[in-house]
Amino acid sequence: MTLTENATWIDVCGIDELVADRGACVRAGLYQIALFRLSATNEVYALSNYDPTSGAFVMSRGIVGSRGDIPKVASPMYKQAFDLRTGECIDDANTSVMTFPVRVVEDRVLVGIR
Amino acid sequence: MGDRRTLVVAGHGMVGHKLIESLVERGATAEWDIVVFCEERHLAYDRVGLTSFFTGTTVEQLSLVAPGFFAGAGLEVHVNDPVVSIDRQAAKAVSRAGRVVAYDALVLATGSYPFVPPIPGRDLPGCFVYRTIDDLEAIRDFAATCSVGAVVGGGLLGLEAASALCHLGLETHVVEFAPRLMPMQVDDGGSAALRRRIEELGVAVHLSMQTETILAGAGGSVAGMRFAGAEDLRADLVVFSAGIRPRDQLARDCGLVVGERGGVVVDGGCRTSDPRIYAIGECAVASGRVWGLVSPGYQMARVAADRLLGGDAEFSGADLSTKLKLMGVDVASFGDAFATTPGAESIVYSDPVAKVYKRLVLAAGSHQVLGGMLVGDAAAYQTLAQMARGDMPTPEHPEDLILPDRAGSTAGAAGIEAVAGTATICSCNNVTKNAICDAVTEGALTDVAGIKAATGAGTGCGGCVPLVIDLLKAELRKCGVEVANHLCEHFAYSRQELFDIVRVHRLTSFSEVLTGHGSGWGCEICKPAVASMLASLGSGYILDGEQASLQDTNDHFLANLQRDGSYSVVPRVPGGEITPDQLIVIGQVAKDFGLYTKITGGQRIDMFGATVEQLPAIWARLIEAGMESGHAYGKALRTVKSCVGQTWCRYGVQDSTSLAIELELRYRGLRAPHKIKSAVSGCARECAEAQSKDFGIIATERGWNLYVGGNGGMKPQHAILFAEDLDRATLIRYIDRFLMFYVRTADRLERTATWLNKLEGGIDYLRRVVIDDALGICGELEADMARHVESYHCEWKATVEDEGRLARFRTFLNSDDSDPNVVFVRERGQPRPATDLEKSKPVEALL
Ligand code: SRM
Ligand SMILES: Cc1cc2nc3c(=O)[nH]c(=O)nc-3n(C[C@H](O)[C@H](O)[C@H](O)COP(=O)(O)OP(=O)(O)OC[C@H]3O[C@@H](n4cnc5c(N)ncnc54)[C@H](O)[C@@H]3O)c2cc1C
Ligand code: SF4
Ligand code: FES
Repeated sequence: MTLTENATWIDVCGIDELVADRGACVRAGLYQIALFRLSATNEVYALSNYDPTSGAFVMSRGIVGSRGDIPKVASPMYKQAFDLRTGECIDDANTSVMTFPVRVVEDRVLVGIR
Repeated sequence: MGDRRTLVVAGHGMVGHKLIESLVERGATAEWDIVVFCEERHLAYDRVGLTSFFTGTTVEQLSLVAPGFFAGAGLEVHVNDPVVSIDRQAAKAVSRAGRVVAYDALVLATGSYPFVPPIPGRDLPGCFVYRTIDDLEAIRDFAATCSVGAVVGGGLLGLEAASALCHLGLETHVVEFAPRLMPMQVDDGGSAALRRRIEELGVAVHLSMQTETILAGAGGSVAGMRFAGAEDLRADLVVFSAGIRPRDQLARDCGLVVGERGGVVVDGGCRTSDPRIYAIGECAVASGRVWGLVSPGYQMARVAADRLLGGDAEFSGADLSTKLKLMGVDVASFGDAFATTPGAESIVYSDPVAKVYKRLVLAAGSHQVLGGMLVGDAAAYQTLAQMARGDMPTPEHPEDLILPDRAGSTAGAAGIEAVAGTATICSCNNVTKNAICDAVTEGALTDVAGIKAATGAGTGCGGCVPLVIDLLKAELRKCGVEVANHLCEHFAYSRQELFDIVRVHRLTSFSEVLTGHGSGWGCEICKPAVASMLASLGSGYILDGEQASLQDTNDHFLANLQRDGSYSVVPRVPGGEITPDQLIVIGQVAKDFGLYTKITGGQRIDMFGATVEQLPAIWARLIEAGMESGHAYGKALRTVKSCVGQTWCRYGVQDSTSLAIELELRYRGLRAPHKIKSAVSGCARECAEAQSKDFGIIATERGWNLYVGGNGGMKPQHAILFAEDLDRATLIRYIDRFLMFYVRTADRLERTATWLNKLEGGIDYLRRVVIDDALGICGELEADMARHVESYHCEWKATVEDEGRLARFRTFLNSDDSDPNVVFVRERGQPRPATDLEKSKPVEALL
């Protein structure tokens, strides 16, 4: 699920604060959001920091990479892989995490929340 | 839309949900509106795995329903709202909440209820049954105030309930009416072996006991049990598990035919005496009986789904073979286990010392396996069950299959290749060997997860997974696919090949390795693996520059991730020797930061519950006191355990503690394919357990004996004596070479034991490489190790001394807070992670 309509854009950090290919977590409203800047696609992705399998808020600490053409992050807890674009779990069709829209404006990273 | 039809499903348990899934999969919602009534507060969940609730599995994890499943068109579910009556004339079902739904077809999937014998006192507070999540929650809450628990019933479920009570910390008793345990699955001999095993685990077993009364205490709740002709048993909690009864009340009320001993009678199409009503799962009597296992229930669900869609599938009975691991004890029973076939003969193997009992039932005058039972060692179960089903030929001496393995001979353990293609591998989901093989070849599958997704095999009780793995391996081998050996999809090399590439080309970064020799962007498998190679080959601090993005979270934060997102801290305690001052520092640090402390199995002290932002401050204090990283987070040397040795012990023949410390300091920080453990014992009594280590040393009168390739863990294996009576210098030289040879050539996540098992030529070859330098590489190996020893530095010291490196230790980029979801409560005077339930309690209760 992506929240796009009526999103409020929140400035969470500078683009330089995001280490390439390593996640980081920010707070925005009631959400913990995991941000990933991928050097391969030159995109910033935003997922919920909640790992649905363990129930812990740790997604930002996973390792990023690819499965086929899919940019993904592996949960650091039990290693399920999630599609960075959609939040869908690649290993388990029944699981997914929330994604958030991201904009980079003048080197600031904005995430949209509802 | 006038021609849409309505299906009412009464009961959303395991089988009810399987029906709905089958229907949805087959596109039934194009034609049917499916209205589901679910009596429980939770949608269908994995009842088979229910007991894991006590070991931390959450309600969400047990759920069988994908999030959003019922949002699909044509589906409607009412939770906490059972069907209370069925008007067959009007074809309407009525629910407790007053919903009235007109149906074109109705399926009863109401399951069963636990039978509670009519004993006085059975309704007292403290009496429970064991069937639903609600039951387990009630047991858990009540058990908090109890010390002794008893289970009435020593069958499959009763023993499972007993294991749950043990888990809850209660002194546990099992009371069984019959003269043996699991009377439906095993005979007296099997029961005796099972009983000894279970008693060993601290559960008291009372057989041939007839419970007469549940006694009440002063407070009005359970205080004990009274038996016919035996002494009273004290107990403050009683779980009844004396069998199940089908839930057929709805059917009785509306006049459907039920069986003599209960259950809704159905035909081969799972249809009741009313052609519009079906019954499936444990509420049904199909092929003349109630089937109390999930796999036959799933078969019925598929039959009913097929019939609803106009098919003509038939349920014709199912295999009642079971294999379970109860409290760590293997029990399996299959086919004609009790030799009821006329003329059948049995071969029995019984080892009272090892507490193993096996019985094999063979057809008269032939060697055809008909069935059997295995207690204490069920390794042969899959093979034997296939033979009993006629899916695999019986070998000439089937008795070999139940005799213990003699010195590594795998007597007659016919491989998966011998199983017929049409044989069912996964009975829960009805998947044949052919179906799995086809899925592997067509889908180019390379792992079990892929097979689960493609065929459903292994997603029910899980019992078939080992067989699925064997099958996968065999298929891949057959196709000549060597994927098994490739590191991951990004590198078409084995770890060893990649290691050589990195070493020979002197590569120093992941990007170089990936651009030159891989594809894609890497993943959680190859990134840490390459990071480890770079580290073994001496590329400095493991978290600088690009290296940082390669590390698993443990290596990234130089600490071990715990289940709630907090981390643990383990300072190195070389050889297990620690001074009073160091103990005081650890104690003080733990106190100041509110950490839980525990003595580990590796002779050191673990501090748990640190948040990411606390880690640097904790380590600054430890380093100041002269301590250093213990690398508990890394695939690296862990501990070199020691015994006190000659210095104190009256039997010691060498100074084992000093040697252990020297070795631990020498090899600390060495990055490897997997963790490495070691131990040094001061004499043959072996108090340090050196023979269970990757390399272990035992003192002799004349020097040191070196053992290699042992480990505990999942598949324990004793180390092999590599060389005897070595002096200290030779010993260290051999270990240097051994370790570096392992680091160079082992696969990812391969401990030395597995590596050695696969090494062609085995221990003799290893001796030739390490002792005789048959490959001429010993010089290189020693030089590699010398470089490691020289360049070693404490990663934590390097971290706390560097502002830039410290910046990483924050939970949030845009806030100084730590994760509000990491919450502790106190238990036995220390913090521990709060459970979900505790987190939802008022805050005062929390720490
Ligand atoms: C803390 C400790 C348990 C304890 O409370 O005593 C422990 C805790 C963990 N063990 Fe262990 N093991 C601990 C001693 C052992 C031992 C006993 C020993 O070392 O003498 C063994 C069996 C011996 C052996 O390894 O051969 C052991 C066999 C395992 C295994 C199975 C390894 C195998 O080859 O089968 C794993 C899983 C793995 O490494 O993949 C594991 C993994 C783990 C992990 C890392 C699981 C994880 O990923 O979170 C645990 C986290 C530690 C932490 O957070 O600090 N642990 N573990 C012990 C730490 C010892 C230490 O001081 O470093
Ligand atoms: C602890 C435990 C361990 C087990 N272990 C194993 C095992 O290892 N292997 C194995 O094969 N089997 C095992 N079983 C048995 C297995 O769980 C059952 O065979 C299986 O759950 C049967 O599925 P079912 O859908 O028929 O019944 P259930 O899963 O019981 O589902 C029936 C559902 O219908 C509901 N219901 C009842 N009446 C109504 C109504 N009028 N309206 C609406 N809803 C109603 C009930 O509340 C229940 O939720 C175990 C069972 C337990 C309790
Ligand atoms: S045995 Fe080891 S891995 Fe398993 S729970 Fe205990 S500490 Fe964790
Ligand atoms: S046999 Fe139960 S999951 Fe396969």
